[in-house]
Amino acid sequence: MKYICLGYYDPASQAAWTADERNAMLDACFAYDDHLRANGHYAGGEGLQPSDAALTLYWQNDHVATTDGPYAETKEQLGGLLLLEARDMNHAIALMSQHPSVKFGSRWEIRPAADMSAMTKASEERRRKAGAR
Amino acid sequence: MPSPDLRRIVDALYRSDSGRILATLIRWLGGDLELAEEAMHEAFAAALETWPETGVPDKPRPWLLSTGRFKAIDVIRRRGRSSAAYAGLVVALEPRADEEPRAVDEMEDDRLRLVFTCCHPALPPEAQVALTLREVCGLTTEEIAQAFLVTTATLAQRIVRAKAVIRAKALPYQVPESQDLPARLGAVLHVVYLVFNAGYSGDATAAALSLEAIRLGRLLLDLLPGPEVMGLLGLMLLQESRRAARSNPEGELILLDHQDRSLWNREQIAEGIALTESALRSRRFGAYTLQAAIAAVHAESSSAASTDWHQIVLLYDRLLVVQPSPVVELNRAVAVAMHEGPEHGLRLVDDLLARDELASYHLAHAARADLCRRLGRLAEARASYEKALSLARHEPARRFLSGRLGALK
Repeated sequence: MKYICLGYYDPASQAAWTADERNAMLDACFAYDDHLRANGHYAGGEGLQPSDAALTLYWQNDHVATTDGPYAETKEQLGGLLLLEARDMNHAIALMSQHPSVKFGSRWEIRPAADMSAMTKASEERRRKAGAR
Repeated sequence: MPSPDLRRIVDALYRSDSGRILATLIRWLGGDLELAEEAMHEAFAAALETWPETGVPDKPRPWLLSTGRFKAIDVIRRRGRSSAAYAGLVVALEPRADEEPRAVDEMEDDRLRLVFTCCHPALPPEAQVALTLREVCGLTTEEIAQAFLVTTATLAQRIVRAKAVIRAKALPYQVPESQDLPARLGAVLHVVYLVFNAGYSGDATAAALSLEAIRLGRLLLDLLPGPEVMGLLGLMLLQESRRAARSNPEGELILLDHQDRSLWNREQIAEGIALTESALRSRRFGAYTLQAAIAAVHAESSSAASTDWHQIVLLYDRLLVVQPSPVVELNRAVAVAMHEGPEHGLRLVDDLLARDELASYHLAHAARADLCRRLGRLAEARASYEKALSLARHEPARRFLSGRLGALK
């Protein structure tokens, strides 16, 4: 089963780190990612640029509109995504408990991927019928 | 990439063998449940990576075990370079790394140790049930959560906390010494029966729990053949034998006296009765055996009318001595009503209700309603059905009571 892990960090506290401290954390995290990859648990992942690089897109007055941000309202920011392949929730918890970033203050939200197969199939059916009409 | 077929094969192996593999790894790793679990997951992951190339081994279980052992060494090296305790473990593991896995019965003993760890009285009862299902039976967090109608996050945390207790209190990974065994075995049987009852009524997901409980009962009987283990397995088989007759295709409950007895599973009945008789012959039996004996009397009767109700009342008398409980008294009262007439049963039920312990138990009011109905006291029957309906929480029970109320008019 796939689990989407959302990693949150506090940019303010990390800003005070020395280069050595930052490298130590990054090396530990990348080494652990390699370990996950080697054992077939790593199904994807990306680090995110800070939220001031973000843009939000939405629908307004019959047009697509955009805006800067969102700027984080709390001091924690979403810093990265990790897509995990695990047998069940407790297996995902065990794998993420060992992620070195946890000891460096990151928090992970672990969410099971929703099974969309039934929804997708029903939608395909509807579109097929609509196309045949 | 593993094919869907291979995934199915590996999934099935996980369900059938993960408990045994985990249990043996725990012994090899000096009782470290979490390390053993990590190594086992890595072994199954390795199977998905390797088997597309090599094909599925003739004996997958030894392959998974020895892979698990290598993976454990990897984990120890990765995590514990500085830890002296782990360094000792690596030395202990390595010389055996290419040795043939142990004999089958030794693995079964490992599994029994794991059952006792999961059912340790230091853990809260609901955690015992969840851990047993996940670690011994190989169910996923999500499957267990669904069966017990709690969220995945709640159940996952229950398991995380239970493991923290096992670690913090260093709960032993062993079958208890003989002086502790009866009490500890009692706790294990209780967990197995809770698992069974969770699957008693309901859909296919729930029904799988009853089958897991029967599987656990067989494991216990193989390794600790005592009268109450026989009694519990007998009881579960006799109750399970009625599954097909217990509800109609719409999911409505059907009570024992209205069940189509030709739907009862004869094979399960035969095995259940044989186990119950062996347990009774031992003369050291307890509450599970007596309940199994009651179920056996029903199983041997072709209808409610031809049932030996006198025998059932006598069995309830003995059960009350071993396990006094107002619910057992209520069941006895219903049997008395069948044997001596509804007015005798009603007197007992009214006495019970007057004692207040069962005043908010919907089945007590439902039983009273049914006895009043049979005596033609319809106004009282209606009042009691309404009381029962106001107390019943599960939908099938509520539908059943509404149906009964409707039939009175």
